[in-house]
Amino acid sequence: MDKLLKILSENSAYTPQQLAFMLNEPEDYIKAQIKEYEDNGTIRGYQAMVNWEKVPDADVMAIIELKVTPQKEKGFDEIAEKVMMFDEVSSVYLMAGAYDLALVVKGETIQDISSFVARKLSALEGIVSTATHFMLKRYKEGSVALVDVDEPTDRREMIL
Amino acid sequence: MIDYNSKINDSIKSVKPSGIRKFFDIVNEMDNVISLSIGEPDFKTPWHIRKAGIKSLEMGRTWYTPNRGFAELREEISEYMKRKCDLTYQPKSEVVVTVGGSEAIDIAIRCLVGEGDEVLIPQPSFVCYEPLTIMAKATPVIIETKIENNFRLTVDDIKDKITDKTKLLILPYPNNPTGAIMEKEDLEAIAQLVLEHDLMVLSDEIYSELTYGINNHISIACIKGMKERTVVINGFSKSYAMTGWRLGFACGPKEIIEMMTKLHQFCIMSAPTTAQYAAIEALKNGDDDIALMRDEYDMRRRLVVGSLNNMGLTCFEPKGAFYCFPCIKSTGLTSDEFCTKLLHSKHVALVPGSAFGECGEGFVRLSYSYSLKHLKKALKLIEEFLEEL
Repeated sequence: MDKLLKILSENSAYTPQQLAFMLNEPEDYIKAQIKEYEDNGTIRGYQAMVNWEKVPDADVMAIIELKVTPQKEKGFDEIAEKVMMFDEVSSVYLMAGAYDLALVVKGETIQDISSFVARKLSALEGIVSTATHFMLKRYKEGSVALVDVDEPTDRREMIL
Repeated sequence: MIDYNSKINDSIKSVKPSGIRKFFDIVNEMDNVISLSIGEPDFKTPWHIRKAGIKSLEMGRTWYTPNRGFAELREEISEYMKRKCDLTYQPKSEVVVTVGGSEAIDIAIRCLVGEGDEVLIPQPSFVCYEPLTIMAKATPVIIETKIENNFRLTVDDIKDKITDKTKLLILPYPNNPTGAIMEKEDLEAIAQLVLEHDLMVLSDEIYSELTYGINNHISIACIKGMKERTVVINGFSKSYAMTGWRLGFACGPKEIIEMMTKLHQFCIMSAPTTAQYAAIEALKNGDDDIALMRDEYDMRRRLVVGSLNNMGLTCFEPKGAFYCFPCIKSTGLTSDEFCTKLLHSKHVALVPGSAFGECGEGFVRLSYSYSLKHLKKALKLIEEFLEEL
Protein backbone atom coordinates (compact mmCIF):
# COMPACT_ATOMS: atom_id res chain seq x y z
CA MET A 1 0.00 0.00 0.00
CA ASP A 2 1.17 3.54 -0.68
CA LYS A 3 2.78 4.90 2.49
CA LEU A 4 1.38 8.38 2.00
CA LEU A 5 -2.18 7.02 1.92
CA LYS A 6 -1.51 4.85 4.94
CA ILE A 7 -0.27 7.82 6.97
CA LEU A 8 -3.10 10.11 5.90
CA SER A 9 -5.72 7.46 6.60
CA GLU A 10 -4.45 7.29 10.18
CA ASN A 11 -4.00 11.03 10.65
CA SER A 12 -4.57 13.65 7.98
CA ALA A 13 -3.33 16.53 10.13
CA TYR A 14 0.31 16.46 8.99
CA THR A 15 1.65 19.41 7.05
CA PRO A 16 3.06 18.65 3.58
CA GLN A 17 6.47 19.50 5.00
CA GLN A 18 6.15 16.94 7.78
CA LEU A 19 5.02 14.33 5.28
CA ALA A 20 7.99 15.24 3.09
CA PHE A 21 10.37 14.61 6.00
CA MET A 22 8.71 11.36 6.96
CA LEU A 23 8.64 9.91 3.46
CA ASN A 24 11.95 11.37 2.36
CA GLU A 25 10.41 13.04 -0.69
CA PRO A 26 10.36 16.67 -1.84
CA GLU A 27 7.51 18.74 -0.44
CA ASP A 28 6.28 19.60 -3.94
CA TYR A 29 6.05 15.92 -4.80
CA ILE A 30 3.93 15.30 -1.69
CA LYS A 31 1.61 18.20 -2.57
CA ALA A 32 1.25 16.95 -6.14
CA GLN A 33 0.62 13.41 -4.99
CA ILE A 34 -2.11 14.48 -2.57
CA LYS A 35 -3.72 16.61 -5.28
CA GLU A 36 -3.67 13.67 -7.65
CA TYR A 37 -5.33 11.45 -5.07
CA GLU A 38 -7.97 14.10 -4.46
CA ASP A 39 -8.55 14.66 -8.17
CA ASN A 40 -8.86 11.00 -9.09
CA GLY A 41 -11.13 10.30 -6.14
CA THR A 42 -8.74 8.10 -4.17
CA ILE A 43 -8.99 10.60 -1.32
CA ARG A 44 -12.67 11.48 -0.90
CA GLY A 45 -12.35 13.87 2.01
CA TYR A 46 -10.96 14.46 5.46
CA GLN A 47 -12.82 14.07 8.70
CA ALA A 48 -12.13 14.26 12.40
CA MET A 49 -12.19 11.00 14.35
CA VAL A 50 -14.88 11.89 16.83
CA ASN A 51 -15.35 9.75 19.87
CA TRP A 52 -19.15 9.86 19.93
CA GLU A 53 -19.16 8.16 23.29
CA LYS A 54 -18.14 11.54 24.71
CA VAL A 55 -20.99 13.43 23.05
CA PRO A 56 -24.18 13.39 25.16
CA ASP A 57 -26.75 13.66 22.34
CA ALA A 58 -24.85 11.65 19.74
CA ASP A 59 -26.71 9.77 17.04
CA VAL A 60 -28.02 6.25 17.59
CA MET A 61 -26.39 3.70 15.29
CA ALA A 62 -27.52 0.36 13.93
CA ILE A 63 -26.18 -2.31 11.64
CA ILE A 64 -28.77 -3.68 9.26
CA GLU A 65 -28.41 -7.00 7.48
CA LEU A 66 -30.26 -7.06 4.18
CA LYS A 67 -31.23 -10.02 2.06
CA VAL A 68 -32.07 -8.90 -1.42
CA THR A 69 -33.02 -10.37 -4.78
CA PRO A 70 -30.21 -9.71 -7.25
CA GLN A 71 -31.37 -7.96 -10.42
CA LYS A 72 -30.77 -9.27 -13.91
CA GLU A 73 -27.35 -8.16 -15.26
CA LYS A 74 -26.88 -5.58 -12.51
CA GLY A 75 -26.56 -8.11 -9.69
CA PHE A 76 -26.48 -6.35 -6.32
CA ASP A 77 -25.21 -3.00 -7.57
CA GLU A 78 -28.54 -1.47 -8.46
CA ILE A 79 -30.14 -2.06 -5.08
CA ALA A 80 -26.94 -1.10 -3.23
CA GLU A 81 -26.83 2.18 -5.12
CA LYS A 82 -30.44 2.91 -4.24
CA VAL A 83 -29.86 2.14 -0.56
CA MET A 84 -26.79 4.32 -0.30
CA MET A 85 -28.72 7.40 -1.43
CA PHE A 86 -30.60 7.62 1.87
CA ASP A 87 -29.09 10.21 4.25
CA GLU A 88 -29.62 7.83 7.17
CA VAL A 89 -27.20 5.32 5.66
CA SER A 90 -23.54 6.00 6.45
CA SER A 91 -21.95 2.80 5.05
CA VAL A 92 -22.98 0.06 2.65
CA TYR A 93 -21.08 -3.20 2.09
CA LEU A 94 -21.73 -6.23 -0.12
CA MET A 95 -21.12 -9.31 2.00
CA ALA A 96 -20.31 -12.94 1.48
CA GLY A 97 -22.29 -15.30 3.71
CA ALA A 98 -25.70 -15.43 5.33
CA TYR A 99 -26.95 -12.07 4.00
CA ASP A 100 -26.14 -9.81 1.07
CA LEU A 101 -25.77 -6.18 2.14
CA ALA A 102 -24.65 -4.71 5.44
CA LEU A 103 -25.64 -1.14 6.21
CA VAL A 104 -24.53 1.19 8.96
CA VAL A 105 -27.41 3.51 9.73
CA LYS A 106 -27.61 6.62 11.94
CA GLY A 107 -30.57 8.39 13.45
CA GLU A 108 -31.31 10.81 16.27
CA THR A 109 -33.45 8.23 18.10
CA ILE A 110 -34.26 4.55 17.94
CA GLN A 111 -37.66 5.53 16.55
CA ASP A 112 -36.00 7.35 13.65
CA ILE A 113 -34.13 4.20 12.66
CA SER A 114 -37.19 1.99 13.15
CA SER A 115 -39.28 4.19 10.94
CA PHE A 116 -36.49 4.35 8.34
CA VAL A 117 -36.42 0.55 8.17
CA ALA A 118 -40.21 0.11 8.19
CA ARG A 119 -41.15 2.90 5.81
CA LYS A 120 -38.22 3.53 3.49
CA LEU A 121 -35.99 0.47 3.37
CA SER A 122 -38.58 -2.33 3.41
CA ALA A 123 -40.57 -0.54 0.77
CA LEU A 124 -37.76 -0.88 -1.79
CA GLU A 125 -38.30 -3.42 -4.51
CA GLY A 126 -36.02 -6.44 -4.19
CA ILE A 127 -35.62 -6.40 -0.40
CA VAL A 128 -36.34 -9.89 0.91
CA SER A 129 -35.69 -9.35 4.60
CA THR A 130 -34.01 -7.02 7.08
CA ALA A 131 -32.44 -7.62 10.50
CA THR A 132 -31.64 -4.52 12.54
CA HIS A 133 -29.01 -4.58 15.29
CA PHE A 134 -28.74 -1.48 17.47
CA MET A 135 -25.28 -0.58 18.71
CA LEU A 136 -24.90 -0.21 22.44
CA LYS A 137 -21.35 1.05 22.82
CA ARG A 138 -18.40 1.91 20.62
CA TYR A 139 -15.03 0.50 21.64
CA LYS A 140 -12.96 1.11 18.54
CA GLU A 141 -13.61 2.87 15.25
CA GLY A 142 -11.36 3.43 12.23
CA SER A 143 -8.43 1.73 14.01
CA VAL A 144 -8.75 4.16 16.93
CA ALA A 145 -9.55 2.90 20.41
CA LEU A 146 -12.39 4.91 21.92
CA VAL A 147 -12.02 3.52 25.41
CA ASP A 148 -8.82 3.60 27.41
CA VAL A 149 -7.68 0.03 27.60
CA ASP A 150 -4.55 -1.75 28.68
CA GLU A 151 -1.91 0.91 29.19
CA PRO A 152 -3.28 4.42 28.97
CA THR A 153 0.06 5.85 30.03
CA ASP A 154 3.62 5.14 29.05
CA ARG A 155 4.99 2.72 31.63
CA ARG A 156 8.57 2.95 30.51
CA GLU A 157 10.90 4.44 33.09
CA MET A 158 14.43 3.77 31.91
CA ILE A 159 16.00 7.02 30.83
CA LEU A 160 19.47 6.10 29.64
CA MET B 1 27.03 3.20 65.36
CA ILE B 2 28.67 1.58 62.36
CA ASP B 3 30.75 3.80 60.12
CA TYR B 4 29.43 2.45 56.84
CA ASN B 5 31.70 4.73 54.89
CA SER B 6 34.67 2.73 56.13
CA LYS B 7 32.92 -0.52 55.30
CA ILE B 8 32.17 0.28 51.66
CA ASN B 9 34.53 -0.48 48.79
CA ASP B 10 36.46 2.65 47.77
CA SER B 11 35.97 1.93 44.08
CA ILE B 12 32.20 2.17 44.17
CA LYS B 13 32.47 5.29 46.32
CA SER B 14 34.64 6.90 43.67
CA VAL B 15 32.06 6.28 40.92
CA LYS B 16 30.25 9.54 40.23
CA PRO B 17 26.47 9.32 40.66
CA SER B 18 24.48 9.89 37.50
CA GLY B 19 24.42 13.62 36.87
CA ILE B 20 20.88 13.71 35.59
CA ARG B 21 19.24 12.06 38.55
CA LYS B 22 18.40 15.45 40.07
CA PHE B 23 16.84 16.58 36.81
CA PHE B 24 14.63 13.51 36.52
CA ASP B 25 13.62 13.74 40.15
CA ILE B 26 11.93 16.99 39.11
CA VAL B 27 10.45 15.39 35.99
CA ASN B 28 8.93 12.58 38.03
CA GLU B 29 7.19 15.00 40.35
CA MET B 30 5.53 16.93 37.54
CA ASP B 31 2.22 16.04 35.94
CA ASN B 32 1.54 16.03 32.21
CA VAL B 33 5.15 15.83 31.16
CA ILE B 34 5.65 15.01 27.49
CA SER B 35 8.79 12.98 27.58
CA LEU B 36 11.23 12.33 24.76
CA SER B 37 13.77 10.95 27.17
CA ILE B 38 13.17 7.21 27.26
CA GLY B 39 15.96 4.93 26.08
CA GLU B 40 14.07 1.81 25.07
CA PRO B 41 11.70 0.74 22.27
CA ASP B 42 8.05 1.76 22.59
CA PHE B 43 7.02 -1.41 20.76
CA LYS B 44 5.89 -4.42 22.71
CA THR B 45 7.79 -7.67 22.17
CA PRO B 46 6.21 -9.27 19.05
CA TRP B 47 3.44 -11.66 20.05
CA HIS B 48 4.96 -14.86 18.66
CA ILE B 49 8.05 -14.22 20.79
CA ARG B 50 6.01 -13.55 23.92
CA LYS B 51 4.02 -16.70 23.17
CA ALA B 52 7.19 -18.81 23.10
CA GLY B 53 8.03 -17.51 26.58
CA ILE B 54 4.51 -18.20 27.82
CA LYS B 55 4.55 -21.69 26.36
CA SER B 56 7.77 -22.54 28.17
CA LEU B 57 6.15 -21.43 31.44
CA GLU B 58 3.03 -23.46 30.75
CA MET B 59 5.22 -26.49 30.24
CA GLY B 60 6.89 -25.82 33.56
CA ARG B 61 10.33 -25.19 32.14
CA THR B 62 11.46 -23.10 35.03
CA TRP B 63 14.90 -24.45 35.87
CA TYR B 64 18.36 -22.97 35.37
CA THR B 65 19.82 -23.35 31.91
CA PRO B 66 23.44 -24.34 31.19
CA ASN B 67 25.78 -21.56 32.37
CA ARG B 68 26.56 -20.39 28.85
CA GLY B 69 22.88 -20.52 27.83
CA PHE B 70 20.85 -23.18 26.02
CA ALA B 71 22.81 -24.94 23.28
CA GLU B 72 19.96 -24.28 20.83
CA LEU B 73 20.05 -20.57 21.61
CA ARG B 74 23.83 -20.42 21.15
CA GLU B 75 23.45 -22.18 17.83
CA GLU B 76 20.82 -19.65 16.76
CA ILE B 77 23.08 -16.79 17.88
CA SER B 78 25.92 -18.24 15.87
CA GLU B 79 23.61 -18.56 12.86
CA TYR B 80 22.44 -14.96 13.39
CA MET B 81 26.01 -13.61 13.51
CA LYS B 82 26.71 -15.43 10.26
CA ARG B 83 23.52 -14.18 8.61
CA LYS B 84 23.80 -10.57 9.69
CA CYS B 85 27.53 -9.92 10.00
CA ASP B 86 29.13 -12.77 8.09
CA LEU B 87 31.04 -13.77 11.22
CA THR B 88 31.54 -17.37 12.26
CA TYR B 89 31.50 -18.17 15.96
CA GLN B 90 31.51 -21.67 17.43
CA PRO B 91 28.33 -22.01 19.50
CA LYS B 92 30.05 -24.36 21.93
CA SER B 93 33.01 -22.18 22.82
CA GLU B 94 32.72 -18.67 21.40
CA VAL B 95 29.28 -17.55 22.58
CA VAL B 96 27.93 -16.78 26.05
CA VAL B 97 24.36 -15.74 26.86
CA THR B 98 24.12 -12.97 29.46
CA VAL B 99 21.66 -10.88 31.44
CA GLY B 100 21.28 -8.13 28.87
CA GLY B 101 24.13 -6.54 26.97
CA SER B 102 24.98 -4.79 30.26
CA GLU B 103 26.20 -7.93 31.99
CA ALA B 104 28.23 -8.89 28.93
CA ILE B 105 29.94 -5.46 29.04
CA ASP B 106 30.68 -5.84 32.73
CA ILE B 107 32.17 -9.32 32.57
CA ALA B 108 34.10 -8.55 29.39
CA ILE B 109 35.73 -5.53 31.02
CA ARG B 110 36.47 -7.46 34.21
CA CYS B 111 38.00 -10.33 32.25
CA LEU B 112 40.13 -8.09 30.06
CA VAL B 113 41.52 -5.37 32.32
CA GLY B 114 42.72 -4.81 35.85
CA GLU B 115 44.90 -2.53 37.95
CA GLY B 116 47.31 -0.46 35.91
CA ASP B 117 45.50 -0.97 32.60
CA GLU B 118 43.97 1.86 30.63
CA VAL B 119 40.67 1.62 28.80
CA LEU B 120 39.81 3.98 25.94
CA ILE B 121 36.20 5.12 26.21
CA PRO B 122 34.73 7.32 23.45
CA GLN B 123 32.16 9.86 24.59
CA PRO B 124 29.37 10.93 24.33
CA SER B 125 28.30 7.38 25.04
CA PHE B 126 26.17 5.17 27.23
CA VAL B 127 26.98 5.71 30.87
CA CYS B 128 28.17 2.30 32.03
CA TYR B 129 31.66 1.94 30.59
CA GLU B 130 33.45 4.35 32.92
CA PRO B 131 32.00 3.02 36.22
CA LEU B 132 32.55 -0.60 35.19
CA THR B 133 36.16 0.17 34.27
CA ILE B 134 36.67 1.79 37.66
CA MET B 135 35.14 -1.24 39.39
CA ALA B 136 37.61 -3.43 37.51
CA LYS B 137 40.38 -1.25 39.04
CA ALA B 138 41.49 -0.11 35.58
CA THR B 139 41.77 3.51 34.47
CA PRO B 140 39.22 5.03 32.10
CA VAL B 141 40.70 7.29 29.42
CA ILE B 142 38.01 9.41 27.83
CA ILE B 143 38.11 10.04 24.09
CA GLU B 144 36.03 12.99 22.95
CA THR B 145 34.35 12.42 19.61
CA LYS B 146 33.40 15.52 17.65
CA ILE B 147 30.37 16.90 15.90
CA GLU B 148 32.50 17.83 12.87
CA ASN B 149 33.10 14.09 12.39
CA ASN B 150 29.43 13.34 13.02
CA PHE B 151 30.60 11.83 16.31
CA ARG B 152 32.41 9.00 14.57
CA LEU B 153 35.58 7.81 16.24
CA THR B 154 38.67 8.82 14.29
CA VAL B 155 42.33 7.89 14.57
CA ASP B 156 43.12 11.54 15.40
CA ASP B 157 40.75 11.39 18.37
CA ILE B 158 42.54 8.40 19.84
CA LYS B 159 46.16 8.38 18.86
CA ASP B 160 47.46 10.81 21.47
CA LYS B 161 45.65 8.95 24.22
CA ILE B 162 47.35 5.62 23.63
CA THR B 163 50.12 4.80 26.12
CA ASP B 164 51.98 1.60 26.85
CA LYS B 165 49.30 0.89 29.46
CA THR B 166 46.41 1.01 27.02
CA LYS B 167 44.82 -2.37 26.73
CA LEU B 168 41.22 -2.08 25.64
CA LEU B 169 39.18 0.12 23.31
CA ILE B 170 35.43 0.38 23.82
CA LEU B 171 33.58 0.86 20.54
CA PRO B 172 29.97 1.92 21.22
CA TYR B 173 28.38 2.07 17.75
CA PRO B 174 25.63 2.57 16.62
CA ASN B 175 25.82 5.11 19.39
CA ASN B 176 23.57 6.13 22.22
CA PRO B 177 23.10 9.15 22.56
CA THR B 178 24.34 10.60 19.27
CA GLY B 179 22.91 8.13 16.75
CA ALA B 180 26.34 8.03 15.09
CA ILE B 181 27.51 4.94 13.24
CA MET B 182 30.84 3.70 11.95
CA GLU B 183 31.19 2.71 8.31
CA LYS B 184 33.70 0.28 6.90
CA GLU B 185 36.43 2.81 6.15
CA ASP B 186 36.08 4.36 9.61
CA LEU B 187 36.49 0.92 11.18
CA GLU B 188 39.47 0.03 8.98
CA ALA B 189 41.37 3.09 10.19
CA ILE B 190 40.65 2.26 13.83
CA ALA B 191 41.50 -1.41 13.27
CA GLN B 192 44.94 -0.50 11.96
CA LEU B 193 45.66 1.48 15.11
CA VAL B 194 44.39 -1.36 17.29
CA LEU B 195 46.68 -3.83 15.51
CA GLU B 196 49.67 -1.50 15.72
CA HIS B 197 49.29 -1.11 19.46
CA ASP B 198 48.22 -4.67 20.20
CA LEU B 199 44.91 -3.62 21.80
CA MET B 200 41.67 -5.50 22.38
CA VAL B 201 38.25 -4.15 21.41
CA LEU B 202 34.92 -4.39 23.18
CA SER B 203 32.39 -3.62 20.46
CA ASP B 204 28.98 -2.81 21.93
CA GLU B 205 26.64 -3.43 19.00
CA ILE B 206 23.34 -3.51 20.85
CA TYR B 207 21.78 -1.14 18.27
CA SER B 208 23.18 -3.05 15.27
CA GLU B 209 19.74 -3.73 13.79
CA LEU B 210 18.73 -0.10 13.90
CA THR B 211 20.63 1.66 11.14
CA TYR B 212 19.09 3.87 8.47
CA GLY B 213 20.02 4.97 5.00
CA ILE B 214 23.17 2.85 4.89
CA ASN B 215 23.85 -0.76 4.14
CA ASN B 216 23.70 -3.06 7.12
CA HIS B 217 25.69 -2.42 10.24
CA ILE B 218 29.29 -3.61 10.00
CA SER B 219 31.08 -5.05 12.99
CA ILE B 220 34.73 -4.19 13.54
CA ALA B 221 35.24 -7.95 13.97
CA CYS B 222 34.71 -8.23 10.18
CA ILE B 223 37.86 -6.20 9.48
CA LYS B 224 40.89 -8.35 8.72
CA GLY B 225 42.78 -9.37 11.85
CA MET B 226 40.12 -8.02 14.20
CA LYS B 227 37.89 -10.99 14.97
CA GLU B 228 40.56 -12.46 17.23
CA ARG B 229 40.89 -9.10 19.06
CA THR B 230 37.23 -8.27 19.50
CA VAL B 231 34.50 -9.18 21.92
CA VAL B 232 31.22 -8.38 20.15
CA ILE B 233 28.33 -7.59 22.45
CA ASN B 234 24.75 -7.66 21.32
CA GLY B 235 21.35 -8.60 22.66
CA PHE B 236 17.62 -8.80 22.17
CA SER B 237 16.51 -5.61 23.92
CA LYS B 238 16.64 -3.05 21.14
CA SER B 239 16.33 -5.23 18.04
CA TYR B 240 13.35 -7.30 19.16
CA ALA B 241 11.90 -4.84 21.69
CA MET B 242 12.73 -7.22 24.55
CA THR B 243 14.28 -4.90 27.14
CA GLY B 244 12.43 -6.34 30.13
CA TRP B 245 13.42 -9.92 29.31
CA ARG B 246 17.03 -9.02 30.15
CA LEU B 247 18.90 -11.06 27.57
CA GLY B 248 22.12 -10.36 25.73
CA PHE B 249 25.16 -12.21 24.49
CA ALA B 250 28.86 -11.91 23.78
CA CYS B 251 30.84 -13.53 20.98
CA GLY B 252 34.61 -13.59 20.85
CA PRO B 253 37.80 -15.62 20.99
CA LYS B 254 37.22 -18.83 22.95
CA GLU B 255 39.93 -18.06 25.52
CA ILE B 256 38.13 -14.86 26.51
CA ILE B 257 34.60 -16.26 26.30
CA GLU B 258 35.84 -19.11 28.53
CA MET B 259 36.91 -16.61 31.22
CA MET B 260 33.72 -14.56 30.83
CA THR B 261 31.67 -17.73 31.24
CA LYS B 262 33.60 -18.57 34.41
CA LEU B 263 32.80 -15.16 35.89
CA HIS B 264 29.20 -15.31 34.64
CA GLN B 265 28.79 -18.73 36.25
CA PHE B 266 29.85 -17.41 39.66
CA CYS B 267 27.93 -14.14 39.65
CA ILE B 268 24.82 -14.98 37.60
CA MET B 269 24.62 -18.78 37.16
CA SER B 270 22.59 -18.54 33.98
CA ALA B 271 20.53 -15.93 32.14
CA PRO B 272 16.71 -16.00 32.60
CA THR B 273 15.27 -19.28 31.33
CA THR B 274 11.94 -17.97 30.02
CA ALA B 275 13.74 -15.22 28.15
CA GLN B 276 16.03 -17.77 26.51
CA TYR B 277 13.06 -19.72 25.14
CA ALA B 278 11.58 -16.50 23.79
CA ALA B 279 14.92 -15.51 22.27
CA ILE B 280 15.18 -18.76 20.31
CA GLU B 281 11.85 -17.91 18.68
CA ALA B 282 13.02 -14.32 18.08
CA LEU B 283 16.14 -15.45 16.23
CA LYS B 284 14.29 -18.10 14.25
CA ASN B 285 11.30 -16.08 13.10
CA GLY B 286 11.82 -12.45 14.06
CA ASP B 287 13.64 -10.86 11.12
CA ASP B 288 10.40 -9.42 9.70
CA ASP B 289 9.52 -7.83 13.04
CA ILE B 290 12.85 -6.04 13.05
CA ALA B 291 12.26 -4.72 9.54
CA LEU B 292 8.82 -3.38 10.47
CA MET B 293 10.06 -1.61 13.58
CA ARG B 294 13.08 -0.21 11.75
CA ASP B 295 10.85 1.29 9.05
CA GLU B 296 8.69 2.92 11.66
CA TYR B 297 11.71 4.34 13.55
CA ASP B 298 13.10 5.60 10.26
CA MET B 299 9.96 7.57 9.48
CA ARG B 300 9.99 9.12 12.94
CA ARG B 301 13.69 9.86 12.64
CA ARG B 302 13.19 11.82 9.44
CA LEU B 303 10.27 13.76 10.89
CA VAL B 304 12.22 14.69 14.01
CA VAL B 305 15.52 15.57 12.33
CA GLY B 306 13.80 17.55 9.57
CA SER B 307 11.65 19.46 12.05
CA LEU B 308 14.55 20.23 14.43
CA ASN B 309 16.77 21.54 11.64
CA ASN B 310 13.85 23.60 10.43
CA MET B 311 13.38 25.28 13.79
CA GLY B 312 17.08 26.12 13.98
CA LEU B 313 18.38 23.38 16.24
CA THR B 314 21.05 21.99 13.96
CA CYS B 315 21.08 18.27 14.03
CA PHE B 316 23.47 16.06 12.07
CA GLU B 317 21.78 13.10 10.50
CA PRO B 318 21.81 10.23 12.99
CA LYS B 319 22.07 6.95 11.12
CA GLY B 320 21.64 4.52 13.98
CA ALA B 321 19.82 3.72 17.23
CA PHE B 322 16.68 5.79 17.97
CA TYR B 323 18.12 9.07 19.18
CA CYS B 324 19.02 12.37 17.68
CA PHE B 325 21.44 14.78 19.23
CA PRO B 326 20.71 18.37 18.22
CA CYS B 327 23.12 21.18 19.04
CA ILE B 328 21.57 23.83 21.29
CA LYS B 329 24.54 26.21 21.43
CA SER B 330 22.66 28.77 19.30
CA THR B 331 20.31 29.38 22.24
CA GLY B 332 23.19 30.49 24.47
CA LEU B 333 22.02 28.04 27.14
CA THR B 334 23.88 25.09 28.61
CA SER B 335 22.37 21.63 28.05
CA ASP B 336 21.15 21.57 31.60
CA GLU B 337 19.60 25.05 31.43
CA PHE B 338 17.96 24.25 28.11
CA CYS B 339 16.36 21.06 29.42
CA THR B 340 15.29 22.64 32.72
CA LYS B 341 13.71 25.66 31.01
CA LEU B 342 11.98 23.51 28.41
CA LEU B 343 10.63 21.29 31.15
CA HIS B 344 9.27 24.16 33.23
CA SER B 345 7.82 26.23 30.41
CA LYS B 346 6.52 23.49 28.08
CA HIS B 347 6.60 20.33 30.18
CA VAL B 348 8.75 18.58 27.59
CA ALA B 349 11.54 16.37 28.94
CA LEU B 350 14.78 15.77 27.00
CA VAL B 351 18.09 14.51 28.35
CA PRO B 352 20.99 16.99 28.63
CA GLY B 353 23.90 15.88 26.44
CA SER B 354 26.27 16.38 29.36
CA ALA B 355 24.79 13.24 30.96
CA PHE B 356 26.78 11.24 28.42
CA GLY B 357 30.16 12.83 29.06
CA GLU B 358 31.52 16.38 29.25
CA CYS B 359 31.80 16.63 25.48
CA GLY B 360 28.03 16.17 25.25
CA GLU B 361 27.67 19.72 26.62
CA GLY B 362 25.93 21.96 24.09
CA PHE B 363 23.72 19.11 22.89
CA VAL B 364 20.55 17.41 24.05
CA ARG B 365 19.38 13.88 23.43
CA LEU B 366 15.95 13.36 21.99
CA SER B 367 14.59 9.82 21.76
CA TYR B 368 12.18 9.12 18.91
CA SER B 369 11.05 5.88 20.41
CA TYR B 370 7.55 7.34 20.65
CA SER B 371 4.42 7.38 18.49
CA LEU B 372 4.25 9.90 15.64
CA LYS B 373 1.37 11.62 17.42
CA HIS B 374 3.44 12.06 20.57
CA LEU B 375 6.48 13.27 18.61
CA LYS B 376 4.42 15.80 16.66
CA LYS B 377 3.00 17.26 19.83
CA ALA B 378 6.43 17.49 21.50
CA LEU B 379 8.06 19.05 18.41
CA LYS B 380 5.40 21.73 18.29
CA LEU B 381 6.07 22.60 21.94
CA ILE B 382 9.83 22.72 21.38
CA GLU B 383 9.27 25.09 18.47
CA GLU B 384 7.10 27.35 20.63
CA PHE B 385 9.77 27.26 23.33
CA LEU B 386 12.47 28.39 20.90
CA GLU B 387 10.30 31.21 19.60
CA GLU B 388 9.67 32.47 23.12
CA LEU B 389 13.34 32.36 24.18
